[in-house]
Amino acid sequence: MSDIKYLPGKEPHEREHRLIFKNIDREGWDPSIDCYMRDGGYDQLKKAINMEPADITGEVKKSGLRGRGGAGFPTGVKWGFIPPGNTKPVYLICNCDESEPGTFKDRYIVHQDPHQLIEGMVISAFAVGAHTAFIYMREEFPEAAIIMEKAIEDARAKGFVGKNILGSDFDLEIWVHRGAAAYICGEETGLIESLEGKRPYPRIKPPYFPAALGIYMAPTIVNNVESLCHVKHILEMGGEEYAKLGVDRNTGTRILCVSGDVKNPGYFEIQVGKMTMRELLYDVCGGPKEGKEFKAVIPGGSSSKILRCDETFKIGRGEDAKDLDFWDIQLDFDTLAACGSMAGSGGVIVLDDSRKMSWVLNNINHFYAHESCGQCTPCREGSTWMKKISDRIVEGKATPEDITTLEEVAYQIDGKTVCAFGEASSWPVEAIISKFRDELTADTDEKNERLSKEQLQREMFLGK
Amino acid sequence: MSDQETTTKLLPKDEAAAKGLVNVHIDGNWIQVPKGTRMIEACKIAEKEVPHYCYHPKLTSPGNCRMCLVQMGMPPRPAPGADPVFGDDGFQEIGWMPRPVIACANTVAENMGIRTTGDLVEKTREGVMEFLLINHPLDCPICDQAGECSLQEFSVEHGRGQSRFVEDKVKKPKNVDIGPRVNLDDERCIMCSRCIRFMDEVAEDAVLGFSERGTHTTVTCHPDRKLDSNYGMNTIDLCPVGALTSKDFRFQMRVWFLKETKSIDVNCGTGCNTLIWTRGSQIYRVTPRRNDEVNSEWMPDSHRLAFHEVQGDNRLTDPMIKVDDKHEITDWHTANTAVADALKQFEPSEIAIIASARQTNEELFLTHTLASTLGAENIATVERIGEADGKLISADRNPNTNGAKLILGETTKKLDSIKAGLNDGSVKALIVLSEDIFEAAGFSHDDLANAELVVSSHIIANATAKVSDIVLPGASFAEKRGSMVNVLGRLQRLNQALQPAGNAREDWEIIRDLILALTGEPNDLYMIEEVVKVIAENIPAFEGMTFSKIGEQGIKLIETGVEIPLLTKERERASAGIIVG
Repeated sequence: MSDIKYLPGKEPHEREHRLIFKNIDREGWDPSIDCYMRDGGYDQLKKAINMEPADITGEVKKSGLRGRGGAGFPTGVKWGFIPPGNTKPVYLICNCDESEPGTFKDRYIVHQDPHQLIEGMVISAFAVGAHTAFIYMREEFPEAAIIMEKAIEDARAKGFVGKNILGSDFDLEIWVHRGAAAYICGEETGLIESLEGKRPYPRIKPPYFPAALGIYMAPTIVNNVESLCHVKHILEMGGEEYAKLGVDRNTGTRILCVSGDVKNPGYFEIQVGKMTMRELLYDVCGGPKEGKEFKAVIPGGSSSKILRCDETFKIGRGEDAKDLDFWDIQLDFDTLAACGSMAGSGGVIVLDDSRKMSWVLNNINHFYAHESCGQCTPCREGSTWMKKISDRIVEGKATPEDITTLEEVAYQIDGKTVCAFGEASSWPVEAIISKFRDELTADTDEKNERLSKEQLQREMFLGK
Repeated sequence: MSDQETTTKLLPKDEAAAKGLVNVHIDGNWIQVPKGTRMIEACKIAEKEVPHYCYHPKLTSPGNCRMCLVQMGMPPRPAPGADPVFGDDGFQEIGWMPRPVIACANTVAENMGIRTTGDLVEKTREGVMEFLLINHPLDCPICDQAGECSLQEFSVEHGRGQSRFVEDKVKKPKNVDIGPRVNLDDERCIMCSRCIRFMDEVAEDAVLGFSERGTHTTVTCHPDRKLDSNYGMNTIDLCPVGALTSKDFRFQMRVWFLKETKSIDVNCGTGCNTLIWTRGSQIYRVTPRRNDEVNSEWMPDSHRLAFHEVQGDNRLTDPMIKVDDKHEITDWHTANTAVADALKQFEPSEIAIIASARQTNEELFLTHTLASTLGAENIATVERIGEADGKLISADRNPNTNGAKLILGETTKKLDSIKAGLNDGSVKALIVLSEDIFEAAGFSHDDLANAELVVSSHIIANATAKVSDIVLPGASFAEKRGSMVNVLGRLQRLNQALQPAGNAREDWEIIRDLILALTGEPNDLYMIEEVVKVIAENIPAFEGMTFSKIGEQGIKLIETGVEIPLLTKERERASAGIIVG
């Protein structure tokens, strides 16, 4: 690794462990297939194509790789959900709808290292027996779609994609499909509906688990860009060796996208769980901006629950129970879950003491009210209601009672919806209210009448 | 428990499995339901209501309204290597899930628990109800759906009773003209998507869809299209709220003033089961009634609106006798005597009867009796053949062709010989029952030039009535009782929703009274039930039949081999598990 030179000013931090991002910002690197192959590209595919598909899945299971899209579900286990004795075609979908606010990792892979993704996808498709694969590309990546299509054509010319890959009788077509700018298309069943040409209304689960009843009602594996890239490295290192990266049950590396109020925001590929919040924010990101103090962190994209920097968490049960200071949180799936939040998509949003929480809350509410697909009642009506209440809090027109209503509305959404959007929109509200209730209440006034804009206008008209 | 006991004692799960059933614990009671039953249907079997908007057994289940959320529980998975533990009652203990699940799309499993009440479920319903109402205009006083609105019903049962919503409501299109027969109010819509799914899955004309997103989601028609399918009005019945309303019915009458009468449609051989909604002497609307053997839950718009034809100004309300080329109103006794006296002037071979496959079985049987009383052998019925629509509408536009065949025999071919007889003078007297010989049977006025007597009975003052010497006013489909045999060979019942117009009478009574006038001998036919009894004694296919045996859903009488395409498709979808059916 030491012989790799990076562009000036873009060198990885010494605490990073670059696997997926090895070639990002690399000096002399370009997204062409020649460049990729000079660096040992497609060697893992050549190896994989001579393996038994089940062995590849076995390696992925051994590696302990957990999905990098948000839910953190073990990838190998997901692959194993294809019903035994299946006679329908199997599809592989790469979820490149990277739309979780605060997340910006996949865009670098598809822009700068497209062949890494293609190699990962071909290996994964070979493992699950898919002959058609889709890359669902968010609308906001027009350039990436062009790069990706060019890369697929180049890979086809070299015999890595298409018919009879590397003389193995294995065929795979990869299609790039561009979305139409909707957050909900990142939800895997919504994505599938969108690919089928319909409105991206997420499907009910059960019965529509993609591994059994996915696109065109056939078994479908949907994986995040980063997860699929990891497959290549798992094969290169071997599942057991890969599992030595990171910590127990939280293996490998993952890319954290740090944004907000830190001196050095950016993307950092670290070994999962091998870094604490303190190390990330102070050592890697250089601490808070001049004269500011850290206030709170949203650790896994906007839908994860916010953590206060002065919080202490109760971790573990019974005799293993212990207190964990915010700064000592290990950045892995299980620790963040134990702290009541989640590692999500790796989008770490940092807020310092200059940020008003009512504004943060309102900003998030606006996003989810705008992005709710409108299929099911609680999310459709609730997300906009929450936005309207937080609008009034920001405008100083709310009463303390409104905070209670807002919290209750969030709980009325949480767990009642078709897809996880319900939680995505309600968790931030629940967390911000429970952790910053005093600050929010300070923005309200009991004297404010609970009047709508319409009512206020009427009052004004009548000269009251 | 010793090993021996374990092997001999059959657990409830095994007993149920042997019958293809599973045990489900619903609100404290164990019941057995077939494997694969949806939770919501299992609750129905257990007589526990689960409120719902988007779920409909004849359509796919998107699970979008979230009103049917219930609490579910399953036995905890035993630790690896351990055996499941069964209690004294033979069941495993249920571990209840902290999150509610939709009852509409999930199926039951052995030892599953369902709670349709309790804190979690009630709080959830209250929440969903509140969400559904925050942007709803709450314009019940002027809404046509009021009185039959699920939003009102579940609001009473599961709502909060008080609103916490002080924001401005979302504005959406109102009074949208989406089709010739259907009006849309988008603000009332709760986005359950029933209408969209119906048009796609049943009407096979996917003309409706959603546009916009989030709280601005709007039901809309495809650009450059209208909801003009002949099945479009079924979306009005499906709509659980007042979003889709009937242009024909809206603002005509509050539904709670209407009386419902179960009956059947008489516009084609299918005989869709219907409800006739009346107040006073008026029909306000006709809607389909569920019958899984005939029309599922639907009916075509053309048939639904056909009732207007019997409410026109051209109804015959009194018996009339032609005097000096002018019809004069008379009473029934005079009219009947006049008919009998006139008919007695002719030889039996000179009398012909044009009956109708629109008549009920009872009317047809009495027509048969009338013919034998007169000795007349010339009886014909008029065929009405249209195009089948591949869904519900049958090519046979007569509702009772099978009944006419069973009672009168093959009669459609005799029409030509009657026409010839009229022209060559061998037929001199013509009795026309429930038909128009000009428009329907293709007779011309020249054909009748030699006729010496025309007696007709109909509900409308049609061309036949105009040339008739004696006119007897009959009752419309909504004004009489009787039975018919549809294209499937199913015997179905018409029920009386209204009194016949003016002094008109039920047609079976008219024919009975003609027979009485002719013979002068009393018979025992005081009620329609007695006519059915006589039919049962005389027509083999009707053996053992009584009027009450027909029931609300009809009864299979003969095998015809005919299938209704819409039902065939529905059954395929049900057996594939796509719908409940």
